[in-house]
Amino acid sequence: MNAADFPILTTLIVIPAVAAIMCLFLRADGARLIALIATLFNLILGVWLWASYDPSYGQWQFQESVMLFGPVGWKLGIDGISLMLIMLSLFLMPICIGASWRAITDRVGEYMAAFLFMESLMIGVFAAQDLLLFYIFFEAGLIPMYLIIGIWGGKDRIYAAYKFFLYTLLGSVLMLIAMLWMIQQAGTADIPTLLNHDFPPEAQTWLWLAFFASFAVKMPMWPVHTWLPDAHVQAPTAGSVILAGVLLKMGGYGFLRFSLPMFPEASAQLIYLVFVLSMVAVVYTSLVALVQKDMKKLIAYSSVAHMAIVTVGLFAFNQQGIEGAIIVMLSHGLVSGALFLCVGVIYDRLHTREIDRYGGLSINMPKYALFFMLFTMASVGLPGTSGFVGEFLALAGTYQVSTWATLICATGIILGAGYMLYLYRRVAFGEQKNEDAAAMPDLNRRELWLLAPIAAVVLWMGVYPESFLRPIRADVSKIVERIDRAAPDGDSALLADDPAMKGYRVQRAEHGDKEGSAH
Amino acid sequence: MNLASSLYFARPEIILSVAALALLMVAAWRSNASKLISMLSVAALVAAGVWSAHLMFSPSFELGGDAFDGLYRMDAFGSLSKLLIYSAAAISLIIAPRFLSNMGAMRGEYPVLVLFAVVGMGIMVSANDLLTLYIGLELNSLAAYVLASFARHDERSAEAGLKYFVLGALASGILLFGMSLIYGFAGSTDFTAIGKALSGEMGMGALFGVVFVLSGLAFKISAAPFHMWTPDVYEGAPTPVTAFFASAPKVAATALLIRVTITAFGDQTFVWQQIIMVVAIMSILIGAAGAIGQNNLKRLLAYSSINNIGFILIGLAAGTAEGVSAMLVYLAIYVAMTLGGFVCLMQLRNRDGSLREDMSDIAGLSQTRPALAAIFAIFMFSLAGIPPLFGFWGKVVVFNAAVAAGLLPLAVIGIAASVIGAFYYLKVVKVMYFDEAKDIIVVENDRSLIWTGALLAAFVSPLGYLLISPLGQLTDKAASALF
Repeated sequence: MNAADFPILTTLIVIPAVAAIMCLFLRADGARLIALIATLFNLILGVWLWASYDPSYGQWQFQESVMLFGPVGWKLGIDGISLMLIMLSLFLMPICIGASWRAITDRVGEYMAAFLFMESLMIGVFAAQDLLLFYIFFEAGLIPMYLIIGIWGGKDRIYAAYKFFLYTLLGSVLMLIAMLWMIQQAGTADIPTLLNHDFPPEAQTWLWLAFFASFAVKMPMWPVHTWLPDAHVQAPTAGSVILAGVLLKMGGYGFLRFSLPMFPEASAQLIYLVFVLSMVAVVYTSLVALVQKDMKKLIAYSSVAHMAIVTVGLFAFNQQGIEGAIIVMLSHGLVSGALFLCVGVIYDRLHTREIDRYGGLSINMPKYALFFMLFTMASVGLPGTSGFVGEFLALAGTYQVSTWATLICATGIILGAGYMLYLYRRVAFGEQKNEDAAAMPDLNRRELWLLAPIAAVVLWMGVYPESFLRPIRADVSKIVERIDRAAPDGDSALLADDPAMKGYRVQRAEHGDKEGSAH
Repeated sequence: MNLASSLYFARPEIILSVAALALLMVAAWRSNASKLISMLSVAALVAAGVWSAHLMFSPSFELGGDAFDGLYRMDAFGSLSKLLIYSAAAISLIIAPRFLSNMGAMRGEYPVLVLFAVVGMGIMVSANDLLTLYIGLELNSLAAYVLASFARHDERSAEAGLKYFVLGALASGILLFGMSLIYGFAGSTDFTAIGKALSGEMGMGALFGVVFVLSGLAFKISAAPFHMWTPDVYEGAPTPVTAFFASAPKVAATALLIRVTITAFGDQTFVWQQIIMVVAIMSILIGAAGAIGQNNLKRLLAYSSINNIGFILIGLAAGTAEGVSAMLVYLAIYVAMTLGGFVCLMQLRNRDGSLREDMSDIAGLSQTRPALAAIFAIFMFSLAGIPPLFGFWGKVVVFNAAVAAGLLPLAVIGIAASVIGAFYYLKVVKVMYFDEAKDIIVVENDRSLIWTGALLAAFVSPLGYLLISPLGQLTDKAASALF
């Protein structure tokens, strides 16, 4: 049976929302169970959605359109990029619920409700086909996340919750004004139509900047990333997972869905703004990550560095770069989510995130050390893990535009290896200098069930990325085709007759075909 | 224009006046019938509302009509404003009796005074002449002054009434002065005639007149920089009265301001647009910044109303039918949000029954009274304009009108300033949800409060989005009556 015969996207949004309302009225155990059932059921629906998706056809599939809300159309539909990000959200949600199973004992019903609302809104963001509907989903996520950080967070949770909320709100309101202008100029709020609408180039710059204000904060890019370490450190484990796993991807998705195809000229014009900010981010946040004493903060800074590779890849204006950026987004969603879970596992036992309080965990927690190592390696970008595929493609694509940006951003991989391996050494290796840390039991079955699926997908994406590249290929080609007219000249093109290069030049007839499928 | 049709058009005001006079007699002779009088007043409001709806929707009055030789104008704009005013007033009457009797202040005069104020407001929104405008305004204000000091034995209430009266009289004086200047330069008090007379180059005297009239009206809608009375009066007056002040008279004064600027000064857009823009931005900023330090929740909501008026005025600055329509949408949502906020405040009572209205009293309310905290949080997020709550839609339409009119800088400044406002709404949520529970507030047993709160919360919840189309059609129709 094909999922297209059925309003599946609406169902995916409605199920968690209904379950959330139920959770509000239930006791702790009932709420946990309802949340787990709802998210697992949604995941099954998601698998069905993926199975029914036709990768050769590309955008747009499973479209639904009801004009329920006057000018705000309930218009949903997905392409391959949305599909992958929806799958990421659906996959991480049951894991988040599982991660909170024992860790959250206070106001469980409200907690589960907040997470389930979050799931509805995340799917809505990736599926919305109406500009205002997108904005509503995009912004509405602030409320549950504010409550998650503020109620169930750590010591400085209130400061972190405010910072998260106000930072992202200030970024987004300018985007709203830009959206209103666009709707009036184009006469429609329909995203597929707007994707082919050419805005006047002089207006594009302003619109691009307004969208950039929102997505750069959400992404987050240096120098507006400072909310992220605070939010991550203070949020409960599952909150960090969903924040790193999915919410940060909304920024990248926004660049991909709006900034690039709607404002190609402005994107080309401001490409160096993105590149410079990304280069600074990679080097600066990696160095900051090196000196962190708090595990979650370290991973948060590493997120900023990884997201910078996403932005350079997206603005490479070519197939490789964009595909790579999307794979980095997916991979980072899984890997940083898993790393936060790993931190959560030992935090639940010792109630501290300070790196110095641990050490030698591979002796008493061998299973844990194995998983932690796998995710560390994936974060570093070891071949065979998902991290490698994305970063390689993204940087290879960027090289065609700017060799300098590639050079600087590639140092992020080396620095990444530095801070991640340093973290791993301090936590898992060395002598067991703390008695209480040495006495911690290994992973229990629930924790194993949380980490094993992510590990499997990380390896799957690393060994056979084609499963994830196939659905997005057609859509990325459409974007590349659309922005090609504005694509900037790269600084790495070969000169036609460079005498110094003559001896090295290999003539390959099929060179042209190879481009765009270098996987 | 014969008398019969004039009386026909003014029927809502006549119904309310007769009802108010009759109920005043009842109140004079029956001292313990205050609840009955409240119910009958609500019935009178419903009757007047039905009549307004009839005037608005009946195809034979599509174009509206003048009554009393052009002193009074019946059109869709006035009728819709009246519907909003009547709903707000009815809600204020429904939530009041039990609350005021607990305070020992409930008397039969309360609903009667509300009715008289509402008659004044009806005349305000239908006024097509400076004199009718003034009469309506004063009728409303005089009733309001008494209402502010309705809790006679409470010092704060008496102070609020006096303050409101003195400052209100000053504003009326400013308004009158402006009106006399306008009359002097235009040679007429009729809005349409003024509009004709003031076209083209504007003299200094007439300009002063416009500025004074706008200042006087800005006082009535508590827009900055004429907002100073608002926090004091809102804090001092009994909470149901404050809820009333923040809703119905706001609608009436805003509608009046719209009609004056669009009909009488319509050709002088350039003159009043700048004033309105400055007032709008100042109101947003002062409303937001002033609220941050407030510990008293009523004062906080007072600043919130100043803040909201700023957003509403952005629609007027656009000076288009779209802008006016957006203002009416915003007003409708605002009335629900602000009444809802006050309804939540009215439920804050500690064990010995005394009222609590400080920020610290609601600490951890989400643990002790989850339903009340959730509803209050909905109103706060909605006032902050965070989607998916309905308050967001009000902001969207208003800013959309400003963008359509080409006022991009105004829209950008306004919306960026709304983030400052979000800070203090979040603070209320923070105190309720993040702080340690104090267990001060007891369970409320006043059904009218619980039900009104729940219904208003449903309206501003995402369910409200279902009303976007019908609401938009109504307000478009009303706005087009002015252009």
